[in-house]
Order: sequence, then C-alpha cells, then structure tokens
Amino acid sequence: MIQVGLHHFLILSAVLFSLGLLAVLTKKNAVTVLMGIELILNAANINFVAFARYTDNGIHGQVFAVFVIVTAAAGAAVALAIVLNIYKQLKTVNLDEADSLAR
Amino acid sequence: MNAFDISFYIFAAGAVVSAAVMVFARNLIYCAVGLLFALANVAAIYVLLGADFLAATQLMIYVGGILALLLFGIMLSVKFTGVELRTGTLQMLPGLLVVAGLLGLLIRMILRTEWAMLEPGEFQPTTASIGRHFMTDYLIPFEVASVLLLVALIGAAYMARREKS
Repeated sequence: MIQVGLHHFLILSAVLFSLGLLAVLTKKNAVTVLMGIELILNAANINFVAFARYTDNGIHGQVFAVFVIVTAAAGAAVALAIVLNIYKQLKTVNLDEADSLAR
Repeated sequence: MNAFDISFYIFAAGAVVSAAVMVFARNLIYCAVGLLFALANVAAIYVLLGADFLAATQLMIYVGGILALLLFGIMLSVKFTGVELRTGTLQMLPGLLVVAGLLGLLIRMILRTEWAMLEPGEFQPTTASIGRHFMTDYLIPFEVASVLLLVALIGAAYMARREKS
C-alpha cells in the first residue's frame, strides 16, 4: 500500500463527482437531482481543500470552499422554493412529467 | 500503513458507499439518509486534510441545514400513500456509460499527471487565518456572498409563500 497522498483525495473526489453526475442524469424526482448537485459541489470542495493542503498556496483553497458552501446553501433554498411551486402548479415533481409552462 | 491512512480509507469508503446508496435507492428518504452520511464522511475527510473550520461548517450547514431543507422539500411534495415516495430513473444505461467513461478519464488523468506535491506541514488551526482572509483580501466576495444569501432567502420565502385566495 502506498502512502495516502494527493492522488487518493483527487480520486475520491472524482468518484463522488461521478456519482453526483449520475444522480443528476438519471433521477426523475427534482429533489434527488438537487441532492446530486450538492454531491458534485462537495466533490469540488474536496479538491479545493486537498490542493490547499498539499501545495504551498496557503489557505486560499479553504476560503474558496467556504464560498462554495454559501452558494450551495443559497441555491438549495431557491431551488426548493421552485420545486414547491412546480408541485403546487402541476401536482408533480417528476422532471419528465413537468413539461408545461402554462398554468 | 499508519492511522492516517486507515482513517482515510474508512471515511472514503463510507462516503462512496453512502453516495452510491443515495444514487441507487428508490425510496426518497433512503436517498436523503445516504446523502446525510456521505456529507458527514466528507466532513471527516476535511478533518484529515487539516481543515477544522471547514469541517465544522460542513456539519452545521450541510448536515444540519441543507439536508433538513431537502427533507422538507420531499415531504411537502409527496403524498404519503406508498408509491409516491419512490422515484424512478430515466436513461439509466446511457447515464451509466457516460459517467463510467468520464470517471475512467478523470482517474487516468489524475494518475498520469506529475502533481507538484509537497509534504504537508504540521497541522495548524485555520479559523483565525480564514477570518483574516475574509476581512482583508476576500472582503468584496465576502460582502457579495452576504448580500447573495439575503437575496436568496427573501426570494425563496416570497416564492414558497401560500397565496391568499
């Protein structure tokens, strides 16, 4: 077994990114698609923190990761409100059925 | 193999397995619980990377906030009559193929690149340093982020309110 280093964190992040992308591509329910997006953002955050740890660029990666978390929180709140509105209008949150813009 | 390596493998396996549960589960509540454990394991990975402030932030905002919000979203938008709490999948085979190809490409790229990797120094607490960055060279993004959060909260509350009829 080789020593755990930057590679291991990058590969973990790649796997999590792929799983999140799979959720975004294949899930029907809008809320699970949102969960996939959160997973993708987390994978990106692991990369930021890993590079901040294993290079000499200081702590900037962690600062950026905090901004990513803030943006994800704002995005989740707005997306949830949109999903609830879609449910109120169309009585479904399945992305293949919510295909009408009219009331 | 030291304690750092062992704990990395434990938490990485936990994160990947719970993310897989989130992706492949049919029940929406199982999806949410899978995401919960994946996010908690990612917080542990942050601790291994020496990011103590970020790990606490992750636990408070993701596990405590965003996940509760997602559960609200699920429970407000399904009827609790059995079948409706499940979610189907679309285009599973093409999705799997595309994602497997992308994952293979990424891993190949990661393994073949000569990363300019340094040995990490001693762990130091990061909170004071992050706060100093927020108040000096990241001041504008910090203020913009606060305004963004305010706008998002007002917008979400406005959109999700019940109209009086």
